[in-house]
Amino acid sequence: MSVLLIAEHNNKEVKPFTLNAITAGSQIDQDLHVLVIGNKADEVSKSIAQVPNVKKVIQIDHEIYENYLPENFSPVIIKQAENYSHIVCSANTFGKNLMPRVAALLDTSQVSDIIKVISPDSFLRPIYAGNAFATVKSTDKKKCVTIRPTSFDPAATSGGSAEIIKAEASDATTLTKFIKREEVKSDRPELGTARVVISGGRGMQSGDNFKLITAIADKLNAAIGASRAAVDAGYITNDHQVGQTGKVVVPDLYIAVGISGAIQHLAGMKESKVIVAINKDGEAPIFSVADYGLEADLFEALPQFLEELNKLNTIQK
Amino acid sequence: MKILVAVKRVIDYNVQIRVKEDGTGVVTDNVKMSTNPPDDNAVEEAVKIKEAGKAKEIVAVTVGEDKAQETVRKALAVGADRGIHVKVEGTIEPLAVSKVLQKIVDKEKPDLVFMGKQAIDDDCNQTGQMLAALLNWPQATFASKIEVKDKSLEVTREVDEGLETIEVNIPAIVTCDLRLNEPRYASLPNIMKAKKKPIEQINASDLGVDTKQRIQQIKVEEPPKRKAGIKVANVEELVQKLKNEAKVI
Repeated sequence: MSVLLIAEHNNKEVKPFTLNAITAGSQIDQDLHVLVIGNKADEVSKSIAQVPNVKKVIQIDHEIYENYLPENFSPVIIKQAENYSHIVCSANTFGKNLMPRVAALLDTSQVSDIIKVISPDSFLRPIYAGNAFATVKSTDKKKCVTIRPTSFDPAATSGGSAEIIKAEASDATTLTKFIKREEVKSDRPELGTARVVISGGRGMQSGDNFKLITAIADKLNAAIGASRAAVDAGYITNDHQVGQTGKVVVPDLYIAVGISGAIQHLAGMKESKVIVAINKDGEAPIFSVADYGLEADLFEALPQFLEELNKLNTIQK
Repeated sequence: MKILVAVKRVIDYNVQIRVKEDGTGVVTDNVKMSTNPPDDNAVEEAVKIKEAGKAKEIVAVTVGEDKAQETVRKALAVGADRGIHVKVEGTIEPLAVSKVLQKIVDKEKPDLVFMGKQAIDDDCNQTGQMLAALLNWPQATFASKIEVKDKSLEVTREVDEGLETIEVNIPAIVTCDLRLNEPRYASLPNIMKAKKKPIEQINASDLGVDTKQRIQQIKVEEPPKRKAGIKVANVEELVQKLKNEAKVI
C-alpha cells in the first residue's frame, strides 16, 4: 500500500494546501509519494522533498503542464497510479476539477472532501453543507480521495530529504486550450489559511462600503471574506466567497458582518474557533453559531470597532 | 446544435437537515424536494443559447427514482424540449450516474452536456468531470460565463485564485456555477404546456450499467454542536471579550 499525492503549485512555489493534504495522505499510509506535474518546476520538487512526511517525489516536466488542465494531467496520473493504492489531492478548485476525471478513468468511485482519516479505507466527510457527517468505506481496490485542507494541519516543510525522480510526459491534449487566469493579487493573508477573517454580506449594501471592513482587516491582519449574496450583488469578487460552494475557512477568529447566516454560508465557517456576528436583526441565524453576537447597525458598529482596536496597546498579528 | 442538460432531485436548499436517529441517513419523508440549484442554472443557460438561435434542441435528463421526473418536468416548463428519466432505485453514486449519462450521450449524440457543478445533498462535485473522462471530452467546470463560438466554447471558470478562461472544443461538458445566470421561473401556461412534452422512461438496468454502490455508508451523524454564545451590549464589550476572554486579538 502506498499513497500518491498530486501537488498543487504555480511552477515556482508549492500551494499551501498541498501541505495539509500531505498530512492527511500520510495518515492513510506512511509511504507517501508526491507527483509534481509542471513546467520547469524544479524548485517545487526540491521544496516538497524537504517535507519529512514525503518518501519520494516524482517530477514530470514539460511546457504543456504550465497550466493545469485536467485533460493534460489525467493521462500521466493514470500511468503513475498503477503502483499505488490511493491517489489523493486537496479538495479545492484544483483537486475538485482534476480528481473525478482521474477516478473515472481508473473506474473508481471517488471519496470527496474528507475531514478525517479513520482507516486506509474509511473516512469521515461532511454532507448536506456540513449539516451531517457521513462515515464512508470505499470498497474499490484503488481509492481516489480528495482532502478538505482546513481539517488537517500543514506538514512541516523542513527536515526531510526525499529522492526526486523524473518521469515521462504524455501527449498534449487537443481538447482544451488555456487562455488566461485573472488572479486577484493582495498583500493580505490568504483566505483559506488566515488567522483572522472578516466577512461582509448583503447588509454591506455596496462594494464601496467594504472599505469599512478593509480598515479593520488592515488592523487585524485579516483576510476578507464575503457571503454569496455579497458576491452575487457585485460588491466583491468571487475569490472571497465563503460557504458550501465557495471556500471553507477555519480561522481563530471569524467576524461576520451584515451576514444573515444561511446554512450555505455557515457550511464554510462554522468550524472557526471564535465567531463574532454583527447584525442589526437580532433573529438572524448567524447568532446561533456566534460566540459573541452584537445586535447593531454595522455602519455605526464598524467605525466604533476600529476606534476600539486603535485604543489597544497590542494586537496579535 | 443539441444540448443535453442533467438535473438532480435533492432536498430543497432551504430545508433544515435532520439526521435520522438510527444513523442511516437524513430524514427525507415529508421534506420539500426540488431541483439541485446549480442544475437550474444549467437549464437556464441551455435555454438562453437556444433563444439566441445557437441551439435547436434541449433534452433534460435525470437519473433517479420515480419522483425525480419532477425535475425534468420543471426543465420542460422553462424551455427544454423533451425529457429522459433513467429509473434507478436507491442511492446511486456519481461514477454510476456518469456511466448512465455516457449511454444517454451515445444514444442522443448531443454537442454539449450541461449540469450543475455540485449537488447540494452529497456535495461530491464529480459527475461532470467523470462523464468528460468517460467520453474523452473536454471539461469546463465551475462556469460563470459561457460564450458559444463556431466549434468551441470560451468558458470563464471560478477558481480559488479568481477567474480562469479556457477554450474547449465541442463536444464538451460544462458544469455550472450559481453565478452563471439567473434562472427564470416557469409561467403557468408553460407549466401546462410542459405536461404535454414527452418524457422517455428508461431503466438503468436496461442500459447495461452496473449501479452497485462502491462506497458503503457506515453511519451518518450530527456534526458536533457549537456551545451557545452570548450577546454583547456594545462594541467596547465585544473588543474586551475578544482581547481578554477569547484572547484572539
